[in-house]
Amino acid sequence: MGADRSTSALLEIDRVSKRYGDLVALDEMTFDIRAGEVFGFVGSNGAGKTTTMRIALGVLEADSGEVRWGGHPVDFETRRRIGYMPEERGLYPKMKVGEQLVYLARLHGLDRATAAERTRAWTERLGVASRIDDEVEKLSLGNQQRVQLASALVHDPEVLILDEPFSGLDPVAVEVMAEVLAERAREDVPVLFSSHQLDLVQRVCDRVGIVQAGRMVACGTVEELRGGGPDQVVVDVPSVAPGWVRTLPGVQVVREQGSRLLVQLQPGTDDQQVLEAARAAGPVAEFARYRPPLTELFRHVVKGDA
Amino acid sequence: MEQDRHDVSLGSGTAVRLVAARELTTRLRSKAYRIITLVLVVLVVGFALVMQAVNGSKEPDRVGFIPSASGLAAVVQAAAHRTGQDVKTVRVAGAEAGRSQVADGRLDALVTGAQGSRVQVIVQKDLDDSLRGALQAATAQATLDAQVTRLGGDPAQVATAVARASVHVDALQPPQHFDPQRLAVGSVAGILIYLALVATGQGVAQGVVEEKSSRVVELLLATIRPWQLMAGKVLGIGVVGLLQVVVVGVAGALAGQLTGALDLSFSTTFGAVGWLVVWFVLGFTLYSLVFAGLGALVSRQEDLGGATAPAMMFLVIGYVVGISVLPSAPDNTAVAVMSLVPVFSPTLMPMRLAMGGVPLWQTLLSLGLAVACVPVLLVVAGRIYRNGVVRTGAKVSLRAALRG
Repeated sequence: MGADRSTSALLEIDRVSKRYGDLVALDEMTFDIRAGEVFGFVGSNGAGKTTTMRIALGVLEADSGEVRWGGHPVDFETRRRIGYMPEERGLYPKMKVGEQLVYLARLHGLDRATAAERTRAWTERLGVASRIDDEVEKLSLGNQQRVQLASALVHDPEVLILDEPFSGLDPVAVEVMAEVLAERAREDVPVLFSSHQLDLVQRVCDRVGIVQAGRMVACGTVEELRGGGPDQVVVDVPSVAPGWVRTLPGVQVVREQGSRLLVQLQPGTDDQQVLEAARAAGPVAEFARYRPPLTELFRHVVKGDA
Repeated sequence: MEQDRHDVSLGSGTAVRLVAARELTTRLRSKAYRIITLVLVVLVVGFALVMQAVNGSKEPDRVGFIPSASGLAAVVQAAAHRTGQDVKTVRVAGAEAGRSQVADGRLDALVTGAQGSRVQVIVQKDLDDSLRGALQAATAQATLDAQVTRLGGDPAQVATAVARASVHVDALQPPQHFDPQRLAVGSVAGILIYLALVATGQGVAQGVVEEKSSRVVELLLATIRPWQLMAGKVLGIGVVGLLQVVVVGVAGALAGQLTGALDLSFSTTFGAVGWLVVWFVLGFTLYSLVFAGLGALVSRQEDLGGATAPAMMFLVIGYVVGISVLPSAPDNTAVAVMSLVPVFSPTLMPMRLAMGGVPLWQTLLSLGLAVACVPVLLVVAGRIYRNGVVRTGAKVSLRAALRG
């Protein structure tokens, strides 16, 4: 590997389809995750995120389409290089944390000594080292989650696929988890994770994909997605009534909060003219391009599609 | 944090071995397993001790004779011998001394006098039926001898002539003689193998559902193949069960031999244990594959009973038929036929083999049929397991799992 690592580590989901009887779970789902990238997968329940991940892991078979890694279809041997965190957590409830992690690491091909060493390292890193001899079911849900993450990382995977890794974590654990994902990405590991916590996705991810009814409806960097909507501007002239703006051509008020307005500019409308009009009306307290948070975008995309 | 990429290849053998080793260590460590094994050992050893106690009370009956009745002693001894009874005759100084010996249990009966055809016997509570028979026969003999003498004959000559009179039977189909002790050993073997097959079969099914319900199966199947997981699980639990059967079987056989509860030869007793082990291995292989497949159809432990009921039914039928028919009719033809069929042979054959009298061809045929079923079940159960194990939620129908 080495020099061509960044190209060889590309994870591609290519026109993957899956139906359950009459229900279309995935309809030509297509996107890719590049080496060193944290990719956030968002969508409402039942949109197809988990199905996509399970197909990538080979737990489920696709009806058509292909998952490729480094240009080659993902086969059984390459799957072993993936770190996976299933949606519903999967650990033996009555098995000790340490033994469980060593077992899973060895099933991924590590020898006993390396497995033990990685188990120790990851439990320390994730703050569950003191619970190594406790049965999993005796841990709090948050700590079980940390063990679950450890199980996805313990075999030094070259790809990470995590289904809802942040759900159920306390704020401290969220920070640790985000840090670990970023660190893995710096090691050129493509990281795919799904989440409902859009503010978190916005903060942690390099790129985001929004899924709706089994299809990718929006995909890009957070900046691209946030900037991709219509031109909107926030303008605040506190000393006058908001009526001044209505006389401007090509400008439409979207939202009013006292004197603070969110306006949408028709294509071709110059925002500088709006600023001049505002200054003519009175002293301008605020004037800025509005970039909707992911939450709003998500609502917009999902609603617009439905 | 530059890491060298390790080799992630994992041979099938290693995968199966890792899964089996996990099953082995988790189960051997479990309290339930240890307690059940201990309880079973206590039960079989206890059974041997009880049998020994029952047999042990068959000490010779001690019958005392006061000097005036001592003439009867030899006749009683001879009569008892004819009916296959063990009687020890004791001379007692007098009626008073004899009475006290009966009272404190040193004597089972005291013969105090014979007046013509009437014999006077003193016992503690009642006269044992077999001892009464012996005394009755002795009295009749004494009376007969007296009459023969009075008629001028020689009682000894008459006795010899009577003894020579006999019926000689030539059976066209000589009945199989079954040793009651071997019947008992066979019944115990039947109970043991039934318990072991139920416990291990359920263990496999529960293990499969545990992995499904905890979703850990998704993690596992992302790195090993379904058949490797199933094979490892069956192998691990099988070894655990085998260990239990061997420990309990050997403990029971040793207890029977050492306490003298069984006066069977070592080879007969341990032959029964050997067949028990052989049939456990075969029966477990057959049933656990089925249980693994059926377990993979459901996602919750609560649904397991219903899913495994069909397999459990065959196990129960074999056991119930065996335990209720064989001890009284070990050569029952219907049961013999059933015991050749692979679903019933694991429970019935070890019982029959322990009881004895199984023709070699039946032993070989039942073994052959059972072994022949293994590859078929491996394919069918493997398919059901593979298709069922990742479908969580509602129960997967057998047909859907077979179709895939």
